Amino acid sequence: MNNEKQTMRDCFIEGLCSKMEHNRGLFFLCADFGSPKLDRLRESFPDRFINVGIAEQNLINVATGLALEGFTVYAYAIAPFLVMRAYEQIRINLSLHAQLKEININLVGVGAGLSYDVSGPTHHCLEDITIMRALPNVEVISPSDWVIAKKCVDYSIKVKKPKYLRFDGKPLPRIYDINSSEKIEEGFCELKNGANVCFVSTGYMTHKAIKAADMLKNQGISAGVIDMLLLKPVRADKLYKTLKKYAALIVLEEAFINKGGLDSLILGILNSKGSNIKVKNMGFSDSYVFEMGSRDQLHRLNKLDQDSIIKEAKKLLKQ
Amino acid sequence: MAMSKNIKKTDKFFENLKAKASWVRVETIKIHKIAPETRLASSLSAVEIFTVLYYGKLINFNSKVINSENRDRFIISKGHGAISFYPILADRGYFSKAELLKVCKEGSILGGIPDPIIPGFETINGSLGHGLGVGCGMALALKRKKRKEKVFILMGDGELYEGSVWEAVMFAGEHRLDNLILVIDNNKVCMLDYCKNILDLSPLGDKFKAFKWDVKETDGHDVKQLYGSLRAFKASANGMPKVLLANTVKGKGVPRLEIDKLSHIKNLTAQEADLLIADLE
Repeated sequence: MNNEKQTMRDCFIEGLCSKMEHNRGLFFLCADFGSPKLDRLRESFPDRFINVGIAEQNLINVATGLALEGFTVYAYAIAPFLVMRAYEQIRINLSLHAQLKEININLVGVGAGLSYDVSGPTHHCLEDITIMRALPNVEVISPSDWVIAKKCVDYSIKVKKPKYLRFDGKPLPRIYDINSSEKIEEGFCELKNGANVCFVSTGYMTHKAIKAADMLKNQGISAGVIDMLLLKPVRADKLYKTLKKYAALIVLEEAFINKGGLDSLILGILNSKGSNIKVKNMGFSDSYVFEMGSRDQLHRLNKLDQDSIIKEAKKLLKQ
Repeated sequence: MAMSKNIKKTDKFFENLKAKASWVRVETIKIHKIAPETRLASSLSAVEIFTVLYYGKLINFNSKVINSENRDRFIISKGHGAISFYPILADRGYFSKAELLKVCKEGSILGGIPDPIIPGFETINGSLGHGLGVGCGMALALKRKKRKEKVFILMGDGELYEGSVWEAVMFAGEHRLDNLILVIDNNKVCMLDYCKNILDLSPLGDKFKAFKWDVKETDGHDVKQLYGSLRAFKASANGMPKVLLANTVKGKGVPRLEIDKLSHIKNLTAQEADLLIADLE
């Protein structure tokens, strides 16, 4: 079966475009950042599309004013600039406001993790899970493929809250069936039901987790894969029920580890349940990536390559 | 005859505004006496601006239906300088005047810096540099919804140091948001010094003109001038956002604060407050 690679942003924007035809309450802002599919949107809806310029702070503030007046707003930019340049705007105008008023603002950030591999550390986005999870009243959604990214369209309209959509920047094959009934509301999906060890991953790393699980299977080890779609809010009880059948977990994220990301989320749940499941966190340690190379090469340098993942899984099982 | 009658009525109108401003000033000092942690000097420079907007029929509001679609929107971007707006909201029926006696006390809705938990406040402010951008979004939304309401924003001059303000200034001019009226409480003092000693903002009007704004300047304590400028701005649909540079005195009404470049962080003693209240009443 054909599994063509696609970008999350194109699939999302295409889906949104069809919604905008019938729903006049949708407004799209961007900070001078495009996509092939965005061209159609801006041509079709010139009165509900604005490029605010390279001005992420104003992107968030204008989005807030529109949302306070009842529009469902999309604020689209390169992920690290969207959430880090404008973090205080997000804190004041999305997080604080949303506790008092209904506002539906969707921060659509493109370039999660090392999507922009060769652009260097200014364009890498390794802090966003941590800092966005810190904000009350803001949801964090992290699709692993374009099928889920497309599902974000309906979800973004239905759930009237500020949200951060963490999109990968590269075209990726799909993981989910085109007609998948998976719901973002469920929070996570157990893609593979294993027996010994389980990979808990999000975004791009779910692709690597699936490969690692397949490789381990060939070596006689049954590994599960849990794809985390919602990093906030988390359905802790339901997730724990799935986690507790495993003796060991490998948490995989293309983000800094040991500072509040997916790993902290999982450890927090295990701790609150008094669990003794063994956990290994894999991601980026406490330094930026200045080295040049492809995403795979940069992963190897940071011990996030396929071999390192498998090695850690086996090591953990032996402990 | 009809002409002179009109003028007479107008005079009375302005006398009434002056009297209201004087009452607001006294009430503001009373609030500060109850809650000395509030920013008095910043609030006093804006007294006439608040008064003219809310007693001069410039802002359409409905204190009974707070989110009424046909209200004009008012964002107080300089959130720290808004305790002088509390007595006006109470007087206009947004909440009980008894609330004014509890500012910053446990269980009060009125804090040192206001939030939208207070009826009459639209947005979260307190952190500077957000109001204009949010106001741009509102003004844009009102235009897209083909509504006639205006967006008023009050900002301090020190707030103009925030870069986000200039992103919004560019945006408003380019998108011809002529339903947006920015009032700058130009009291010329920041927390630690006169603005001209920090980074001189002049020529301020020219800066806005360069970004396609319609600019007026006025004495920010003269209710007649304030009213005239704001009335003209409200009636104008010339495709340009409006800015009124309201030249004010930080700490207006408190002689000791009026001449102190550190007035922002100065409090009055209870005795001082009592003397001033007696004097102003």
